[in-house]
Amino acid sequence: MHRRGVGAGAIAKRKLAEAKYKERGTVMAEDQLAQMSKQLEMFKTHLEEFASKHKQEIRKSSQFRVQFQDMCATIGVDPLASGKGFWSEMLGVGDFYYELGVQIIEVCLALKHRNGGLITLDELHQRVLKGRGKFAQDVSQDDLIRAIKKLKSLGNGFSIIPVGGRYLVQSVPAELNMDHTVVLQIAEKNGYVTVSEIKSSLKWDTERTNQVLEHLLKEGLAWVDKQAPEEPQYWLPALFSDLYSQDVTPEEADESLQ
Amino acid sequence: MDRFVWASGLLEINETLVIQQRGVRLYDGDEKTKFDLGTVVLSTHRLLWREQKKHDCCIALLLSQIIFFEEQAAGIGKSAKIVVHLQPIPPNKEAGPYQSSKYSYIKLSFKEHGQIEFYRRLSEELSQKRWERISVSQPMQSPGRSQAGRVRAAGIVGIERKLEEKRKETDKNITEAFEDLSKLMKKAKEMVDLSKLIANKIKDKQGDISEDETIRFKSYLLSMGIANPVTRETHGSGTHYHMQLAKQLSGILQAPVEEQGGMMALTEVYCLTNRARGMELLSPEDLVNACKMFEALNLPMRLRIFDSGVMVVQLQSHNEDEMIASAVETVSERGFISSEEYAKLVGISVLLAKERLLLAEKVGHLCRDDSVESLRFYPNLFLTRD
Repeated sequence: MHRRGVGAGAIAKRKLAEAKYKERGTVMAEDQLAQMSKQLEMFKTHLEEFASKHKQEIRKSSQFRVQFQDMCATIGVDPLASGKGFWSEMLGVGDFYYELGVQIIEVCLALKHRNGGLITLDELHQRVLKGRGKFAQDVSQDDLIRAIKKLKSLGNGFSIIPVGGRYLVQSVPAELNMDHTVVLQIAEKNGYVTVSEIKSSLKWDTERTNQVLEHLLKEGLAWVDKQAPEEPQYWLPALFSDLYSQDVTPEEADESLQ
Repeated sequence: MDRFVWASGLLEINETLVIQQRGVRLYDGDEKTKFDLGTVVLSTHRLLWREQKKHDCCIALLLSQIIFFEEQAAGIGKSAKIVVHLQPIPPNKEAGPYQSSKYSYIKLSFKEHGQIEFYRRLSEELSQKRWERISVSQPMQSPGRSQAGRVRAAGIVGIERKLEEKRKETDKNITEAFEDLSKLMKKAKEMVDLSKLIANKIKDKQGDISEDETIRFKSYLLSMGIANPVTRETHGSGTHYHMQLAKQLSGILQAPVEEQGGMMALTEVYCLTNRARGMELLSPEDLVNACKMFEALNLPMRLRIFDSGVMVVQLQSHNEDEMIASAVETVSERGFISSEEYAKLVGISVLLAKERLLLAEKVGHLCRDDSVESLRFYPNLFLTRD
């Protein structure tokens, strides 16, 4: 009996239909690529126009930069992804942030021996400004944060940790989990923290508290003062402010420890 | 400048530091003062200025005395300034550096920048007015609000009018810029949507689209700054740009990487390359994507990612086994070693020294002694002794 839908004929028909669909699909993608290429050229022109009118605005106004970045993020565009991107080439945003990235890395590297790779955003900001010199452009903390976010892709553990009202910038691949971060937050007030403080505010047991503090010590993020009056104090060099600390080179530090 | 009083520079209890900025000079009105170089400090209650060299020379002014403030852009040879307009002198004011002044405003001149952030924080503090809610240990002499309300110095009305005009003008400029920006973003959004359509097509086709066309598509994405939806990031963007860059980098980096012992952290490569370029700098992602192509292009370098996430550029000729053997030898000679000591000995960064020792440990040639004092590596005697 004749059965519809099966048999060599039906299979062949199906294959033909599939092939036609595929062919048309290919053409459609090619069409769209050509369309995108054209639209890209048009967009480039618009961007050039925009740049000629407002490039200065971006350079001078940190507020404008923030708005610009936020709008890009909303539509799914990263103007800082590549130095070869239109945004970077025409608006010059790229060089501004990439250079800032270099300056941030250099500051963090220079201070790592002292703070273990953890620094407040405030201190980083001050030191970067100092390094930039008088004739360079001013940068805001928002600018720094965006530059740091880009540095993450270099694999050196750059990250930003909110601590109380401030931000800490980490520049080493040390593992810091929630427990470590919350202890940093407690230490933020006075620059140091004690075992009893942690136990009373967080209701942790001694084991957990000691584990966290030991980790911070091992990573070089905390120093312990065993001569403190009541109990050992764990100090975080990252939280020392300019008011209390001096600049010491690694050699001087070594000497003083002899 | 006659509104300032001498201060100790110490903050009162409950007075919190908001921000400080070095390299600031004070102006009395338009005239430079002898307060030439110091640190301006903003707290929740006061604005202080402390001399850079002689810390005990410190003056302060209550935030409540500030009527308003405005920016003065930098010019050629001139630093950016913040002009601060002040209330008239309260009758019970304590001793200060100036007995009198013909000006009712001062200027902060930011010789080492920092004005953007300072301006922002000052705005915040003056709008929040935390000093009204938080009382401090020492009563700070304050002019009293009713006084400020009644006694309006001449010229304030004029200042306010000027400010209003300036604000309108700035608003107009900003509005135009933002309007143009919005239009631009709309067009950019169209590009993003189109690219998503194309990406989906490519994904469905799974290879029916030509290699060349895929590369073209990727370069369009690169120009627009759209994340590659097809391959995400496993093998980089693979555009012609990155291929070219990879070849360039491999040439430039050969000598410096060799000098460093055959391996260099990617952050260092980033700084080195960009400092050398001066302009048209590479983004971090550009660098990573280019380095990812080393192997595919048969270049004598490799991008290597350690377990810790640290990324390095390594010479292909870098002999891993040799490195490990030499590390183990060094450790055996000395009994034990820490990353810092090894780094100094070999002349490489602490980060890379640590990675090398960790590698030796991974293959079982070294053991660790991890204490609070330091992380030390010892030869693995379990292997060598009977």
